[in-house]
Amino acid sequence: MITLAHFIVLGTVLFCISVAGIFINRKNIIILLMAIELMLLAVNMNFVAFSRYLGDASGQVFVFFILTVAAAESAIGLAILVVLFRNRATINVGEIDELKG
Amino acid sequence: MELILFYAFATVLVVAALGVIAVKNSVHAALLLVLCFFTTSGLWLLMQAEFLAIALVLVYVGAVMVLFLFVVMMLDIDTERMREGFIRYLPVGLIVALVMLVEMVALMGVRNLAIAPPGDPAGASNTAWLGKALFTNYLLPFEVAAVILTVAVVAAIMLTLRKRGGTKYQNPSRQVAVEARDRIRIVKMPSATQAVQTKEATP
Repeated sequence: MITLAHFIVLGTVLFCISVAGIFINRKNIIILLMAIELMLLAVNMNFVAFSRYLGDASGQVFVFFILTVAAAESAIGLAILVVLFRNRATINVGEIDELKG
Repeated sequence: MELILFYAFATVLVVAALGVIAVKNSVHAALLLVLCFFTTSGLWLLMQAEFLAIALVLVYVGAVMVLFLFVVMMLDIDTERMREGFIRYLPVGLIVALVMLVEMVALMGVRNLAIAPPGDPAGASNTAWLGKALFTNYLLPFEVAAVILTVAVVAAIMLTLRKRGGTKYQNPSRQVAVEARDRIRIVKMPSATQAVQTKEATP
């Protein structure tokens, strides 16, 4: 029988994989965006698991909203990426230093 | 049976997620991420979250990942330069991830969470259950989500819109505001036929 712990641990593993992905792919902004999507997926997994095992619909409603916001975020992020590439001809994070941050 | 399915899906999910962060080619990473989303949707089906499983496939596999693939293919990426520092950051990334994993699992106390799922309510569909919650307690957030999506559409289009030189386009406001006198010019001039007749008559 699948218990709540199975899903929670799976979500944790997924989250940690995406954290490692952000660390090791810090030059490639597309992979960074994909790692963020993976993180959101891990969080959604926890939400759905708790919603199912506690019998409360709020968790799944929140997953719904997270999906919405994540779709909007990736659409705008990729649009910014396209504009950036058009202006600078690079998406290397190391070369994006206009703001001198 | 369910447990076997869970472990099979979980293995595929973890391997695909590791592939997403480790492969060299961005297109392969995007395709592996599609596999991740698909497998997750299967896991959510195991948790009887049918509506969200279908929504995940529709929204992520159908829209977001296609967008990712388009962008990856549109940009000309120098993968070799992108990979520099991969080996250098590998140890620290792995250490941070492992420490986080151990900490989180220890914090949650897996034994406390070993709850069995509640019995299925008879004849209740997941979609109806979710819809009731969404349109009663969460109506305002639902409307706000719609506004967020609209803003995202407008913002994404405005960001990537550009005027190129030499393209032909129509200006609707000028088209509507046009009047007859802008199109034809009526010129008053003396008729020429009489002069020709008098010239022919003289010899």
